[in-house]
Amino acid sequence: MTRAITLNHVSKTYPHNIHAVQDFSLDVTPGEFVVLLGPSGCGKSTVLRMIAGLEEITSGELLLDGEWANDRTPAERGMAMIFQSFALYPHMTNRDNIAFPLKLSGRRDEMDARVEATARMLGLQDQLDRYPGQISGGERQRVAMGRAMSRRPTAFLMDEPLSNLDAKLRNRLRTEISQITRELGVTTVYVTHDQAEAMSLGDRVAVIRDGVLQQVDDPRTTYARPANVFVAAFIGTPRINLLEAVVHAPLTGRMSIELGRQRLQLPDPLSPDHQLLRIQQGRPVIVGLRSEAIRIDHPGNARPGEVPASGVVEHLEYQGHEGLVHLDTGSRPAVIPDLESARKAAADADRNGRGTRPLTRLRHLASARRTAAVTDPGPPPPYPPDTPNLGKGDLIVRTRPDLHVRTGAHVPLLIDLDQLYVFDHRGRRICPMPEGLPGLEY
Amino acid sequence: MTQNTLTASAPAEDAAPPAVKRAPRRGERRTGTSLVLHLTLIVASVIAVFPVAWIAWVSFGPDKTDFLHPGDIADKFSLSNYSTVLGDTEFTQWFLNSMIVGLGTCALGVFVSASAGYAVSRMRFPGHRPLMWTFLVTQMFPIAILIVPLYNLAANLGLLDTYWILILANCTTAFPYCAFLLKGYFDTIPVEIDEAGRVDGLTPFGTFYRLVLPLARPGLAVAAFYTFLTAWGEFAFASVLMLSEDKYTLPIGLATFVSEHDQQWNLMAATGVLIGIPAAVFFYLIQRHLVAGLTAGASKS
Repeated sequence: MTRAITLNHVSKTYPHNIHAVQDFSLDVTPGEFVVLLGPSGCGKSTVLRMIAGLEEITSGELLLDGEWANDRTPAERGMAMIFQSFALYPHMTNRDNIAFPLKLSGRRDEMDARVEATARMLGLQDQLDRYPGQISGGERQRVAMGRAMSRRPTAFLMDEPLSNLDAKLRNRLRTEISQITRELGVTTVYVTHDQAEAMSLGDRVAVIRDGVLQQVDDPRTTYARPANVFVAAFIGTPRINLLEAVVHAPLTGRMSIELGRQRLQLPDPLSPDHQLLRIQQGRPVIVGLRSEAIRIDHPGNARPGEVPASGVVEHLEYQGHEGLVHLDTGSRPAVIPDLESARKAAADADRNGRGTRPLTRLRHLASARRTAAVTDPGPPPPYPPDTPNLGKGDLIVRTRPDLHVRTGAHVPLLIDLDQLYVFDHRGRRICPMPEGLPGLEY
Repeated sequence: MTQNTLTASAPAEDAAPPAVKRAPRRGERRTGTSLVLHLTLIVASVIAVFPVAWIAWVSFGPDKTDFLHPGDIADKFSLSNYSTVLGDTEFTQWFLNSMIVGLGTCALGVFVSASAGYAVSRMRFPGHRPLMWTFLVTQMFPIAILIVPLYNLAANLGLLDTYWILILANCTTAFPYCAFLLKGYFDTIPVEIDEAGRVDGLTPFGTFYRLVLPLARPGLAVAAFYTFLTAWGEFAFASVLMLSEDKYTLPIGLATFVSEHDQQWNLMAATGVLIGIPAAVFFYLIQRHLVAGLTAGASKS
């Protein structure tokens, strides 16, 4: 019924040497919910479309239940796909839309019963005899889900199913999708650029950047142990604070990390996680601090593992259940490219199979802008435009909502070294220590 | 606060001078503009309607010289021309021939141009661009050039004086335009619909037949209309390729009323009217499909 999907070193290359996906390997076990997460144009949809059979695989192999399936037609794969644009058949009623896959598979006898059951499950009973054009966006996506479910597919493939809906509806449908897929126990591959969606839905999250798989782990691990600086930056709101730093490891005395004007003293003796830092001595590294790893308090109140620092309040964000304080600590924020890709237009053009003539490109740009405007009420892009250049705020700290600080005030900070991430110059995480490295004894 | 605004607005209303000459609102026109507009439209309509009305009027005059003094027709109004055409000529046979050729061209032309348009719209294959150019280039030849080679071809194939050759010949002229038209129409149907169909278990042809064609109905209606009318009114090919009188199509039959020695304008006018009716009916049948907007609701846009 439900099936395992295995991608072995799969690559996709478009004409003109555009590498959409490179050496992608992923093993989805039966019944698992895997989310492909990445910025637009990173190739996550291409991976999904290769699984669906809508896109040819340039190299590598796709196994369905262990059988080589590169050349199977989409119909033979027996999967169901849900599209961002819904892709309902507008000339059929919602009932016929849901029944269509059943009709094709020749199961007419049980068709009516199944359609009714599906509609009940999705709360669509009253909409069945209307046309897709006559119902709201959320209902359309539900009909699309009904169409996918009615045939009892071996796997669900969802291509950003929620990004055309407004924020409230999105949350509700997210819950529904989660419930339904768990209830049916069908393997699901879900594509999104919204990390909140990925974290809340996935059994595992696969983070993709520029066609390359960065990390596959359950949401907790991805958040707590990001493989590299890109994953760290992409997951979590507010975005993790990433600062340029230098490690100092004097022969005598304690090791420290220099963040611009400030220095974080590492505890002595070093924790195993911090030992690898020694070999980075003198080299530029990137320090990552989630906003909950820092708190505003006096050094006297430090708990074990916390080191003092200080900063000037630049800006306050009150959010009701919490406050976000933007601080200037005199360090330089690290810039991570590709968090939002510029390749979107080109990727879209390729996807639709229409060349890249200037006019079509313009049209795509225009429509991209239009859809962007519609889909915007989601979470803000993880890269607030004012952080890197404008203003000097380099650190965002999460606080209690009742904390009152003045803009421009000098505040003492406590940084929890247990939640300190350090990435080397190539972006790989070196602290906490990566798994699979032999322990360093001394 | 509310009181303030109330008292402030009251005198302003009083002070406003009674509208002597107010500017026209949106959608309203001044009398002068309206007059000019209507005159222009009336003149245009008369120009459009006059030839048709003239033919229809002349067709009621029983003599072949009646078109010279149309005022007299009212006095000797008769349907004798129609009875002559319908009863004493091969009209019914010609009509049948025209129908066969028109509907044949329509069916074949729409089928071929729809599949070609779909291929060009959705598939990428070597020579895809040049193919579109070829469609265009064939449209650039005057038909007169094609007649002789087509005649030779038909003669060699033994197809002269058959419906098939005329249908094929008419398709060659109607096909490029229709393929272009339908390609443009297919382009407006989201590719995701095809993809959804393929995932749901349709073959590529199934996608075309069950999803794309129903959605392209307005486009297909235009193509059908165009191909049918092309064949219905076509003269040059029919005059060369159809040899025997029982294979004549209506335009050829129509031409037999006016020859070197005798001009039966009255009969010709009546035949003209009779030819026009099926074309109008065909248009009427198809026009409700000409309404666009079937794709509304397919996807968010």
